[in-house]
Amino acid sequence: MHIPDGYLSPSTCVTLYAGAAVGWYASLKRLKRVLLSRMVPLISVFAAFAFVVMMFNLPLPGGTTGHALGVTIAAIVLGPSGAVLAVSIALAIQALFFGDGGISTLGANCCNMAIVGSLVAYGTYRLIAAGTAISSKRRVAAAAIAGYLALNATALIAAIEFGIQPALFHTANGTPLYAPYPLGIAIPAMMIGHLTFAGLAEAVISAGLVAHLQVADPGLLRATSGIAARGDAASPSEQPATKSLRRLWLTVVFLMLLTPLGILAAGTAWGEWAPSEFARGGSVPQPTGPSHGLAVTAGMQRLSTLWTAPFPSYAPGFVKSPAFGYLLSAMFGVGFLLAASLLLQHYFKRRRSTGHSS
Amino acid sequence: MSRGTVVRSTVMGFARALARALISEDIARRRGLLQSLDPRVRLVGLFSLVLAVTLSRRLWVVGVLFVVALAVAVLSNVSLAILAKRVWLVVFVFTSAIAFPAIFLTPGTPVATFAGGAVHITEQGLTTSGLLIARVETAVTFTTLLILCTAWAQVLKALRSFRLPQEAIAMLAMTHRYIFLLTETATQVFESRESRTVGVLPAAEQRRITAATAGVLLSKSIDLSNDVYLAMQSRGFRGEIRTLSEFHMQSWDYVGLLAFLLAGGAAVWMGR
Repeated sequence: MHIPDGYLSPSTCVTLYAGAAVGWYASLKRLKRVLLSRMVPLISVFAAFAFVVMMFNLPLPGGTTGHALGVTIAAIVLGPSGAVLAVSIALAIQALFFGDGGISTLGANCCNMAIVGSLVAYGTYRLIAAGTAISSKRRVAAAAIAGYLALNATALIAAIEFGIQPALFHTANGTPLYAPYPLGIAIPAMMIGHLTFAGLAEAVISAGLVAHLQVADPGLLRATSGIAARGDAASPSEQPATKSLRRLWLTVVFLMLLTPLGILAAGTAWGEWAPSEFARGGSVPQPTGPSHGLAVTAGMQRLSTLWTAPFPSYAPGFVKSPAFGYLLSAMFGVGFLLAASLLLQHYFKRRRSTGHSS
Repeated sequence: MSRGTVVRSTVMGFARALARALISEDIARRRGLLQSLDPRVRLVGLFSLVLAVTLSRRLWVVGVLFVVALAVAVLSNVSLAILAKRVWLVVFVFTSAIAFPAIFLTPGTPVATFAGGAVHITEQGLTTSGLLIARVETAVTFTTLLILCTAWAQVLKALRSFRLPQEAIAMLAMTHRYIFLLTETATQVFESRESRTVGVLPAAEQRRITAATAGVLLSKSIDLSNDVYLAMQSRGFRGEIRTLSEFHMQSWDYVGLLAFLLAGGAAVWMGR
């Protein structure tokens, strides 16, 4: 899981360092606004804990052993921002002090384990454990599933990083310059071990730790439980929900305003060609020889007229300006999703109130 | 691995990690080429050589960089036996296991054929496997030289001068300190458990013990973080981190930096 130096190309490393830097910056900024003086020792000790837990050998079915990452319990106790920093620090010390994982690939390792791992673990745990009491058995199961999924998501991302290397970086005679296996080999090779053994180690440790905390220190589980709003404990690392929601809305509005940028792109997105474009050739890749167009199958022709969209190509017929058409489409899409979400919310609220009264 | 040895192997793993850290501290105090340079020069210089290794597309260039790594190790008083045991053997076994199938699986010009033409070794497969093993061996050797010849406190100080956020440096420093404390605690917990255990426990029971030990360690970690927080507050910590002395570059450090950058640049140029 810890990618050493030499397996990934420098451009992949730089890209993933940039991705990790965004995660570190966002996490640090988020924590700074909350209570940094309290979080510094907590994250440091948690990073040390994650480091030591990575050295625990755990007997697994089949007579083998595995070790956990500690990312799931960090996400459950500290929240995603705290977990990103704690696991990144543990990984940095492993790379810089113990030589486990490369220096050039530290960004990749942090992206995979600290960022993707924390987010998947946190999201899964919150989703499964939503609305349950702190002492609920469902939280233990949620931690196990979150751990299993987080570790496998991490492995999958690492496998994709390995798998794209031969396609992107090779010599003129086809010799791969970095990790040599394509996606078709890298993904199964990486996932078999993680789906069967390594994921279990993270699941067992995460479930065991949540069960332990339920008895020994339930307050630590309250921060990310989703029931902190009752006033007995505030999340140590998360923002109040209203602020986050406001920021989310501002982002949505900003993205909506950016939608006309799509007009600048030349040609059609790969694989989204209309039957007419097949017949014309154009941006559609041709199998051999010069562009002369491809035959459109009867099935393709028939299915293409099955449904006529009200806003075809993000350009409603009654709008003349393409930019305004994009904007209108974005507003319509967001509005439609919002209406659907409000309807669902209303339905579940009514169901809950009916359930309580009966 | 035998089921009965899981607790023991975990304890041995802790002991190995502590021993490694002690060796690093010892080598970092010796007199030598790398030790005589400013830690920032070591960090930038060795990182640029790792980058040069990663950028090189020719096997012979990576080979030359490996010889450079050997020379730097000898001049820095780092035992080649330590490097062989700690880096070369481990990396060779691990990377070979990954690289070996590529000899057969990489499409290209066949150089040897087996099983009536069904399996063949390709030229491209041999080159990519050799390049991968050589590159990883050389890059990890440079990284290990940095780790062995630079005390952790100096690495942190060097990182600080590269304008990394003070909070991140403070957390790295605190984490490093608590790793040893928690490793010590975990070792004691495992050893006391082992001393009270007769015979071989079933795997399920060992899993329970490991999870319970992790739980105890987590509780102790949280208590520790509370104590540290109170100690920080009682000393007037209000979220601002201040640091002491800065490094001062000497002419010898500039020579070292130039040599590293020239070597790295030449390797990138010749290996492109």
